[in-house]
Amino acid sequence: MTLADSRLDPVRALHDVTLDSGLGWTHVLKPGQILRIVDLEGNQAVDTLFYNAEDESERYSAVDTVREQGNLYLSVGTQLLSTEGRVLCTIVADTCGRHDTLGGACAAESNQVRYAIEKRYMHSCRDTFLLTIANETRHLSKRDLTANVNFFMNVPVTPEGKLTFEDGLSAPGRYVEMRAEMPVRVLISNCPQLNNPCNGYDPTPIRLLIWAAGSGH
Amino acid sequence: MSRNELRDPLPSREQLVQPLLQEQLRGGQMWSRVLRRGQRLRLIDVAGGASVAALFYNADETSERYNMPDTLKAQHIARLTAGFVLYSDMGRVLCSVVSDSVGWHDTITGHASRAHNEARYGAGSYQKLRNDFFRNTRDNFLTELGKYDLGKRDLVANLNFFVKVAADEEGRLRWVEGHSPAGSHVELRAELNTLVILSNTPHPLDPSPRYAPQPVALEIRAGSPAGADDACRQSRPENERGFQLTEAYFT
Repeated sequence: MTLADSRLDPVRALHDVTLDSGLGWTHVLKPGQILRIVDLEGNQAVDTLFYNAEDESERYSAVDTVREQGNLYLSVGTQLLSTEGRVLCTIVADTCGRHDTLGGACAAESNQVRYAIEKRYMHSCRDTFLLTIANETRHLSKRDLTANVNFFMNVPVTPEGKLTFEDGLSAPGRYVEMRAEMPVRVLISNCPQLNNPCNGYDPTPIRLLIWAAGSGH
Repeated sequence: MSRNELRDPLPSREQLVQPLLQEQLRGGQMWSRVLRRGQRLRLIDVAGGASVAALFYNADETSERYNMPDTLKAQHIARLTAGFVLYSDMGRVLCSVVSDSVGWHDTITGHASRAHNEARYGAGSYQKLRNDFFRNTRDNFLTELGKYDLGKRDLVANLNFFVKVAADEEGRLRWVEGHSPAGSHVELRAELNTLVILSNTPHPLDPSPRYAPQPVALEIRAGSPAGADDACRQSRPENERGFQLTEAYFT
């Protein structure tokens, strides 16, 4: 596991917003711009999808990303690949060390399967994604919500093929930074899940910062 | 459930029933069909070493489709074998894996594109090779999906039958050679009316430098959906709820 911190100064960021848990956010990054996601209070899962902003039928592919890097976990140096085999973003700094891309997003329907039929009323990342793309994008729909990245989430796979949900490796203030390698739409749900330890049973805010191309790395 | 319990060397009563349909998938071939709820599809790796990439959709509402993450996290698995089920993104069971002689089918490493094929095998054009040309999974998927008015936006993380790619403690991936001997089989039972898309084409991690996908036999049998005492249903409480939600859909 490799850690790499960043020298980018928040004072020079173009955007600097705090996003509460249970809310969505979408933004188009220009090539070279750098997005930092800060886990302000620790143990927060940040469900994230990426699209080619000029043709959203090209989008992040979890399976292509893990196969081409030969490793299941995302960290500094990981190239987030598209369904066309091109690089959407590169992870350029990471003070957490491991991020998941197999666990997907929670949904009202999968919560019913995983926890109890009565859980349908609970807020979920898929609902956040659907509302955000309905309000803030023109062409995206449920068909475009595919397997996402879960920043700061720890979902180890054993050599025997078991999947486990472990306590996060993250802690207050840890962050991950990625550089856009093409015009990239980023879609985030700051996860509201209360039924498992992915948020430490206490979903908390994250901070999102964007720096101009050429700012560092 | 141990590996041994999952194997079923003796044919069950239902397996002895004459198939409704039998087809042979040539190496490189794509295929699709709507399996009606309760119907079974058996894939047989005739020569050994097959890899069959597969996608699944609710035939009555194709925006509902196979969801790799929901399948894995509901059952705490990173592979598929008998006793497990394929979940859609709507909390319902598309298909159950009712029988399997292999023990591990991959669903985390995706499929090959034209670029993968050309890098490993060369061009292999139709102009030169006619119907033995080198087909790749992505082009096959897009072609077959197009027949149902589906396309790139519907191309999600797929299954790879007869393929094992294992991860070590650090997450490093390793292709397992010789995983599926000749005669291996896996059998699915449809729990929704399920559109199945198959591509019998090489996996991108298969190290063989030769393009040589082998034939795979398909058998479709009549059957009924999972009963109250079904092994897939009872394998864990999540699946009991998944089947309840699937039945509620047809109520």
